[in-house]
Amino acid sequence: MTAAPARAGTAIGMSGLTVRFSSRRSQTTALDDVSLDIEPGEFVTIVGPSGCGKSTLLKIVAGLVRPTSGEVSLLDRPVKGPQKEIGFVFQKAALLEWRGARANILLQAEMRGMDRAQAARRADELIEMTGLTGFEKALPHELSGGMQQRVALCRALLHSPPVLLMDEPFGALDALTREQMNAELHRIWRETGTTVVLVTHSIAEAVFLGTRVVVMSARPGRIIRTFPVELPAHRDYAQVMSDPRFDRLATDLRGLLGSAAANH
Amino acid sequence: MTENALDTAGRKAAAATAAGESAVPAGNSSTGGPGPSTVAGPPPGVGGRPPRPTLGRRALGLADSLWRPALVLAAFFAAWWFVAAQEYVPNYLVPTPVQVWTTMTDQWSELARHTLVTLYETVVGFVLAAALGLAAAVAIAYSRTLDKALYPIVLFAQVIPKIAIAPLLVVWFGLGFTPKIILAVLIAFFPVVISGVAGLRSTDPELLDLAATMGAGPWRTFRKIRFPNALPHLMAGLKVAVTLAVVGAVVGEFVGASEGLGYVLLLANGNLDSALLFADLILMSGIGIVLFVLVEIAEALLIPWHASRRAGVPLTTS
Repeated sequence: MTAAPARAGTAIGMSGLTVRFSSRRSQTTALDDVSLDIEPGEFVTIVGPSGCGKSTLLKIVAGLVRPTSGEVSLLDRPVKGPQKEIGFVFQKAALLEWRGARANILLQAEMRGMDRAQAARRADELIEMTGLTGFEKALPHELSGGMQQRVALCRALLHSPPVLLMDEPFGALDALTREQMNAELHRIWRETGTTVVLVTHSIAEAVFLGTRVVVMSARPGRIIRTFPVELPAHRDYAQVMSDPRFDRLATDLRGLLGSAAANH
Repeated sequence: MTENALDTAGRKAAAATAAGESAVPAGNSSTGGPGPSTVAGPPPGVGGRPPRPTLGRRALGLADSLWRPALVLAAFFAAWWFVAAQEYVPNYLVPTPVQVWTTMTDQWSELARHTLVTLYETVVGFVLAAALGLAAAVAIAYSRTLDKALYPIVLFAQVIPKIAIAPLLVVWFGLGFTPKIILAVLIAFFPVVISGVAGLRSTDPELLDLAATMGAGPWRTFRKIRFPNALPHLMAGLKVAVTLAVVGAVVGEFVGASEGLGYVLLLANGNLDSALLFADLILMSGIGIVLFVLVEIAEALLIPWHASRRAGVPLTTS
């Protein structure tokens, strides 16, 4: 929580990140002095009210937005410009509508100039892992929202990035599909050991997936508190939902988020 | 893109078969939550996809979409024939279809030569307009400076009645092909630029963010994402442009020429030869229709995935 300098072996280091957007009439502070260190292999979930700058935070880590002040590092290297060592998943699947599922996943390889055969093998692995088998050639408009988001997830994982950034990836899905996707993402995280930062509105999602939950305040976005999640590393959706520790943490978070919104 | 377009045809068929046998995805080791059988039922679009239509079916579909306009045309034709044959209007004003047909066959070798001239001017003009228009669109879409410097001028130039430039072009470039081609380019250029800019700007900003994190340079991003994404817009612009190119070529011939359908039209007009006039008009329209259909076919091949191509548009597979 304190602005510790990025230590060796930090996946993501943020210190004193502040972002101000100035328009002609006014100046808004989107993020105010955000500091957070994330260790390799962690799954950090960020919750907060709408417009608290959560998405901006991810974009800063990806090097897509420059902070007004503050420092950010990825894999111990300062972030200057777009980062390649990451996979990014948005709320929208953002697929190329003229490409089938597999070709959409392979876009990642083509854009990076990866080895074709190797990328193809990896794509087939991911397709099987996410249950897209049989839909390799289906165009995006022929896929349901959940399936589209699976394709986007595979695309983000194709190059086995050490860091995966997810901006409300399941926000547009129905509740049931969302639970399935959560369970699958949890399994993928366990299997790959990727560092994940996931922004969400859902408290249940944040607790089920995270090893740490970061709570942010409404604009200007600040980190209010960080909760370690004391649940086993290997989680089962149904078990977690009935676990008293889940209930306690969810209740705490709900209370904190309620006051965060009220104080705004 | 062509590579993409070509394999889409095969892909459609393959995906249709795949959808049928994929209700239960293989190898989904679940965490114990929802079982694999519920993970992926075929999504609505895939399961209900109609199989690729056979040639006969497609011909039937085409016939189905064409018989109504054909009927209207036939009625119009019949009315024309009746009015002309009964001489409600004198034949030197409205010739009968037979007179037009006789004129066309009698003077076919001459008419064919003039048609080729106009066709040549139109096609060269259209191709140049497409190339220049696309280049301008890319420049405008990619450079803020050019956007601010060029785009207002392109928009403003559209208010100049370009047909009025034709005499000037004849003065400058003489009676050959050049002034006609330039006029065709000037007229056809605008819709290509506008549609190209609109298409290139319609790229999802998240896709561009994504491309940046994939470490791809601007050329790759253009080739893999922005250009194919712009194609539906661009093709719509090209369809407008190709018909306008015919107008440009013909008007160029009106102003000063010794060959071409526009020249023949003026000649026929001077001689009050309305049969030749009609024949000439039919040939001009023919050029427009043929070129339009060619662009339509190109569109169907290039962007079969696009929504506008999925609906039952005539002349495509529907």
